[in-house]
Formats: sequence, structure tokens, C-alpha cells
Amino acid sequence: MPEKPKVAFYWCASCGGCEEAVVDLAEDILGVVNAVDIVLWPVAMDFKKKDIEARPDKSITVSFINGAIRTTEQEEWVRLLRRKSQFVISFGACANSGGIPGLANQFTREQILKFSYEDSPSVSNEAKTRPQASCQDEGHALSLPTLHNVVRSLDQVIEVEYTLPGCPPTPKLIAGAVTALLSGKLPPKGTVLSPDIALCEECPRKDSKPADLALAEFKRPHSSPIDPEKCLLAQGFTCMGPATRSGCEALCVKGNMPCTGCFGPTSRVRDQGAKYVSSVVSNIVPKDEAGIDAVLAGIPDPIGTFYRYGMPKSILRRKVDLS
Amino acid sequence: MSEKRRFEPKIVAFFCNWCTYTAADLAGVSRIKYAPNARVIRVMCSGRVDPQFILDAFAKGADGVLLGGCHPGDCHYAEGNYKTLRRMRLLERMLKGMGIEDGRFRLEWISGAEGDKVKVVINDMVEKVRALGPLDLPGRAKGWDKELEALAHGVRKSEDKKEPTHA
Ligand code: SF4
Ligand code: SF4
Ligand code: FES
Repeated sequence: MPEKPKVAFYWCASCGGCEEAVVDLAEDILGVVNAVDIVLWPVAMDFKKKDIEARPDKSITVSFINGAIRTTEQEEWVRLLRRKSQFVISFGACANSGGIPGLANQFTREQILKFSYEDSPSVSNEAKTRPQASCQDEGHALSLPTLHNVVRSLDQVIEVEYTLPGCPPTPKLIAGAVTALLSGKLPPKGTVLSPDIALCEECPRKDSKPADLALAEFKRPHSSPIDPEKCLLAQGFTCMGPATRSGCEALCVKGNMPCTGCFGPTSRVRDQGAKYVSSVVSNIVPKDEAGIDAVLAGIPDPIGTFYRYGMPKSILRRKVDLS
Repeated sequence: MSEKRRFEPKIVAFFCNWCTYTAADLAGVSRIKYAPNARVIRVMCSGRVDPQFILDAFAKGADGVLLGGCHPGDCHYAEGNYKTLRRMRLLERMLKGMGIEDGRFRLEWISGAEGDKVKVVINDMVEKVRALGPLDLPGRAKGWDKELEALAHGVRKSEDKKEPTHA
């Protein structure tokens, strides 16, 4: 019997939802687990870094890595996995484009540490203790990873072969990717493993999306009732569908919530947020500055709304005047 | 040698074919002199300018970006410049939020007859951007990525020594 392919799962700056997505494969995962040897999966199994370091280079068939890269430890791990793996799959929005952790690229490391260890209302830290990269305790040298200044996507740190979009990727897309890998039917390197068309194309509400949007106001889901049938954008919600890649089968829209863009853009779009401004904001009704500003006041945080999952991969990458 | 050379801002200027580019042409044939800092890119309509182009210009090293189109009501394609105005009102807010100072991006309506306005706008913008200093996003991005070089080096060292790093 030929040797089973070796698979590693690893997580970086992420919420754990991507791990959950793997478990959500339910029975399907059992089939996969029987077909492969899992050599690393910190959320579920007890392997150590030295186990991976001891492996020959390229001896892991595929590493699925989720989460953004924002600490020295994460960077070390992904560099290590890159060397030991034939394929690396960037798994989920945080790995692909920074995800929610990527929004930290609006702040300096000092601002983040100060808030988290001193100013946050739930913190009581009178001595203002901060984590140190190294210290001595009873004669033992201890070390901690440090926070990078900049949050990065996985492909800004190591080369990746494929990208699985989503927050998290859906079981269907994961199963598709695993099957393709195990059967050796591999798409060209660099492929994003979901259809390269806008989400609106597979949205059940697309027939109610008018060609001319003529938006007279923007609404927010927490403060306005939502019609469960009509295109959300046509109702004035900032549905990211037109600037987002399909493949999720319009999960959020089916739950009566606007798409927030987690699948990232299609291959023809370089910057999801700017593209949204280009395509949607150009369609509001007023023609004069005051009227335009009044409608746009309905989008109080355009950066957080349009780059919710992708600031590190946007053209500017981060707030440019930070050190 | 103490005198430093004056900073010459690089301005990328997107001008619509029917009005602002014609105005720049007119300025040329009328021998109107203005600052040589603008690199003009002709587009068919200001509405063709995707906000991505503006971000890209900054990311590739522009210190300022100027967008010129027909006056409201005069766009050759009727609505193009209204789309431009709506996009740019929001883009300006976003640029500010991303740390790009006011004045580095500018939207101006300049008709085909306003050769002189091309001069006034470009000269004024060059002075203002000169006062702001270089933006130099390519250089800043290089600075941001120094932290990666440091670690790449550190990882190699710890592997050579076969020391456990963060287990
Ligand atoms: S804008 Fe949103 S709700 Fe409307 S068709 Fe596109 S994805 Fe569906
Ligand atoms: S609808 Fe949008 S935010 Fe929701 S899962 Fe799909 S791509 Fe992600
Ligand atoms: S043609 Fe000049 S702005 Fe549209």
C-alpha cells in the first residue's frame, strides 16, 4: 500500500472558526482522516514544533494554514511549514487577506499594546505590566513571541499554492479542495478555489437588483428593518456582493444579512474597497456635494466596512503614516 | 554643499479627453508656463478613473494625484463626472482615514477653454504638496517590511543552533 499523504493544519492570528469549519465536514472528515496522516493539528492533536522540525523538507504533502501573520511566532511557524510542505493552502479570509485582525493595520503596535494592557475598560493593571520578549524566572530563561508592527496575509510572508476563501471556507469548498489534492487533479498554481464571478451572480435575490441602483440613503442592519426578499443593496444596505467573489452560495443574504465581503474580490479586482466605491457609491442619487455627503454620512466607517477582511492586501496595506 | 535640493513632488494627473486634457493642450499651444511636475494620463472621461487607480498611483510613488474632468453638466457622457464626484467624496474621507493628508488628492473641473486654470491648479497643487513633503509609499512599505528580514535571519540562526524557539 502506498504511503498516505501527510497533512498539517496550523492556525495563526484567527478566531478558531476555520478549525471549526474543518470539523464541520462531519462524516466527510472521517473519510479524509482515513485517507491521510495528520502530522500537525494544534487545535485537536498533540504534536510539537520539534516533530515538524525533525521531518525532512517537503515531506508534508499539504499544509492548511489559517489566520493572519502578526507575531514572530506565527512567522516562524509558517516559514517552517513552507519548507516542510509540497503545497501550502491559504485557508480563510485572515490568511488570505488579513481578515478582521488585519483591521489592526489602522493602529501602531504601541497604540494596540497600550489599549490592551492599560486603557481598555476591562483591564486592571496598575503596574502597567506589558509582556516582555524574554525574562528570567528561577534561573530559567523564558521567551515570548513579539507582535509585528504590521499585520500580513500569509502570502505576504511565504509562497502559497492555493487559496480557499471565506470566513470561514464552506465545507463544500474545503471538500472540493481536499478531493482535488488527494486525486492529484490540481488546478494551476495560484488558483483561488472558488468561482471567479461576483457573489450577486449566485444570489437568490439578484432578480430584484435593479440595473440602476439610484440609492437615496444607506441603512445599517441593526437599525432598520430588512425586507427578506429584496436585494439588500437596493434596500440601501451596503451589501458587498457586487465586489465579492462567489462560492459561499450567498450564506449571509440567505440569513437576511448583507454580505460583508469575506470571500475577497474576484481576480480582476485589485482592491475590494476601492472597487466597491467605484461601482456602488457612483450610483447614489444626488449630484451636488452637500447632497452626496448627506447620503454618504450613512456609511460612518467606510474603511472598516469595505476593508473588513482585507486591509493588509489592499493597495495601501495599512494607515500610511504609522511608524 | 549645505543647500539641499528643493523637493520636486511627483504628481500623477488623470485628465478627461474632452475637457481637461483639451485645456492642457490649449495651455501648451498658448505657451502658458506651469510647473513641470505633473505626469498627465489621458482618460476618456473622469468617470473612467476607478479609485483603485488613485491608490495605485500613491502606492507606486506619486506624492499627489490630480483628477480633472468637465464641469458638472458638461460631461461628454452626460453622467460620468457625477459618478466621479460621488466616488471622490467618499474616497477623500478614506484617504484621510488611511493617513494621506488633505491636498495630496485633488479633483478639479476644467473645461476645454480654461488653459489658464490648468496652470493655476497645477502650480498651486505643486506648492501645497511640496509643503507637505514626499509621501514615498514605496519607501515606507520597505521600512514596514524590515521586521520580516529580521526574523528570517533569526529563524535561520535558531535552526542552525538546533535550539527550540517557541514550542
Ligand atoms: S447586492 Fe447583495 S442582495 Fe443584492 S444581489 Fe448582490 S449579493 Fe444579493
Ligand atoms: S455572503 Fe459575503 S460575508 Fe457572507 S459568507 Fe458569503 S462572501 Fe462571506
Ligand atoms: S468626458 Fe470629461 S468628465 Fe466625462
